[in-house]
Amino acid sequence: MTRHTSGRGGSRLKTWLLGLLPLAIVALAALGFAVLDGPGLTERNGPPAEELVVERTTLAAGSIELVVRNAGPDPVTLAQVAVNDAFADFRIGEPVIGRLGSTSVRITYPWVDGEAYEVALLTSTGGVVGHEIPVAVLTPDPSGFIGLMALLGTYVGVIPVAIGMLWLPWLRRVPPGWIRTLMALTIGLLAWLAIDAALEGMEVANEGAGALGGAGLVGIGAIAAYLVLSGVQAWMTGRPGQQGGHRLALLVAVGIGLHNLGEGLAIGSAYAVGALALGATLVVGFAIHNTTEGLAIVAPVSEERVSALRLSLLGLVAGGPAILGAWLGAATTQPALAALLLGLGVGAIAQVILQIAPSMRDGSGRLLHPLSITGILTGMLLMYATGLLT
Amino acid sequence: MDNSRNGFHPATLIRDFDQGKTSRLSDGRILREWTLVAQEKEIEVAPGVTFPAWAYNGRVPGPTLRATEGERLRITLVNHSAHAHTIHFHGLHAAAVDGTAGVGLGLVQPGEQTVYEFDAEPYGLHLYHCHVTPLAHHIAKGLYGVFLIDPKEARPEADELVMVMNGFDTNFDRANELYAVNTIPFVYMSEPVKVTVGEPVRIYLVNVLEYDLVNSFHVHGNFFDWYPTGTSKKPVEHTDTVMLCQGQRGILEITFPREGRFMFHAHQSEFAELGWMGFFEAGPRKEPVT
Repeated sequence: MTRHTSGRGGSRLKTWLLGLLPLAIVALAALGFAVLDGPGLTERNGPPAEELVVERTTLAAGSIELVVRNAGPDPVTLAQVAVNDAFADFRIGEPVIGRLGSTSVRITYPWVDGEAYEVALLTSTGGVVGHEIPVAVLTPDPSGFIGLMALLGTYVGVIPVAIGMLWLPWLRRVPPGWIRTLMALTIGLLAWLAIDAALEGMEVANEGAGALGGAGLVGIGAIAAYLVLSGVQAWMTGRPGQQGGHRLALLVAVGIGLHNLGEGLAIGSAYAVGALALGATLVVGFAIHNTTEGLAIVAPVSEERVSALRLSLLGLVAGGPAILGAWLGAATTQPALAALLLGLGVGAIAQVILQIAPSMRDGSGRLLHPLSITGILTGMLLMYATGLLT
Repeated sequence: MDNSRNGFHPATLIRDFDQGKTSRLSDGRILREWTLVAQEKEIEVAPGVTFPAWAYNGRVPGPTLRATEGERLRITLVNHSAHAHTIHFHGLHAAAVDGTAGVGLGLVQPGEQTVYEFDAEPYGLHLYHCHVTPLAHHIAKGLYGVFLIDPKEARPEADELVMVMNGFDTNFDRANELYAVNTIPFVYMSEPVKVTVGEPVRIYLVNVLEYDLVNSFHVHGNFFDWYPTGTSKKPVEHTDTVMLCQGQRGILEITFPREGRFMFHAHQSEFAELGWMGFFEAGPRKEPVT
């Protein structure tokens, strides 16, 4: 693999310059265009389009604090704030919010627990940006619930996955036909998780500033995770001494881990804004739901020897991210970040499904046979049904 | 619908006038005193529907304070709620006792109390309510009541009724879900207001309804004399329908010539069908015992 130019230094420099030439011209043109103030173009048609998005709402005793991001093309100046049709006193970090910039608005308001509020942000042009607070509750102090979120992540992530992995001894005793069906069941479970995470990601992304990427971030996250995991998988295959089952189990654990990161994120942020009652039903629902994930991890290693340490590590890789997600979700709700993280889960699961798929093949090499189809559909149904509990 | 759990019943509230505690001042005038406690109280506003109300003395509307023109009035407000409140009286008084934030006595903070003192004037039908911002919220939550000043020369004898037209925004979207007179929707449909044929009836009608621009009162099969704000003894209209904005009030004088059930309701059909309707039941004149 030698190139013709590789031996001659002068020619190499020339190649570089030729490559940089268009970039230099673009830079010059952009500069000139800006200096001449866009020759030939009228400034704008109509008034500036103002677009503000409220990214975070914090309710403290006697005050409502909003983090507002400017998602429109022009700077926006916040002039007044009204709550429930009445002007309210407020303090603002920086009234002029530049493009994609954000500011914090602290409104003095004697809000009442459990009631609904509508905050109207009045801009200097007279435009109104509305923000609804469907149920006002005191926003918990993030530093105060690190322990609570860890406990919650352990309940819904780590423990259920570990319990699900206890199916391993049983898996070792059942005939190969059962294993094939269980692999199909796992694919069904994972497919449902991918659909769920994708929809959740789109929903979260649409709450944020469209200019930051919106639902496209779910796609970027998904493709990035898919490519990285494919690379890791190829690298692991190339290494000697790796058993296929172990590799697959680790990949499934990573995929589920990324999914649980998104799940934890959703739980944490819902809790932070008071949209979630941490009832026993919810925790039990998530726990039952996630127990099936443990089964998915151990299914690939049912025919191989695997140490207890390795199993615990797999469990932690799959369940642990729920804790991380819960912390992250409770501490910061940046919709773009949440969408990206949920997207990662989608890509990871898609990659894992492709890895598991060959293990569904029956004696004659068919991928889709009555048992595998039944398994996939049962898996999805199981996830749907246990999802109803949450 | 368990009115006893609320601690007040529209059937008795309608004829409940609170005269307060009276004593003589050194100059011979009457001093009339009341104590109003502002508190949070969950009330059942329709069967199975509870509303986290703010109330004076545990009832919505608050007590009907009744005095006579020229008396000295002393009202103590004790704030047992978690929010600052006041009592703002309609009537003539000094700025200091107006019950407005930043003026005179100003806000009464949680756990504190204050005393409003002024003369009863002018005679007529008035109201009182909390005047703390957000104003619409403090009123819609239930902090209001009737403030009645009788003229020195008493009005003619009559069967007297108090009707406070109100409503409840149960989902806090600044629109009422329920409408009523005296708080409980439809209550006078199942328990009609009993009146006597031929006997004059005087209704003290006050509109405190928040979030809707106007309210109204209409009676079936009859007409009434209308004394806006009750500040004159001459009626301005003989009618069967009046319209009032928030804070507007007036006295109705009506006599039922026939026995039977006669409806009364808001002539905004929507309000009527969301609770603001009731019946008068005109019964036979009691035979004098011989």
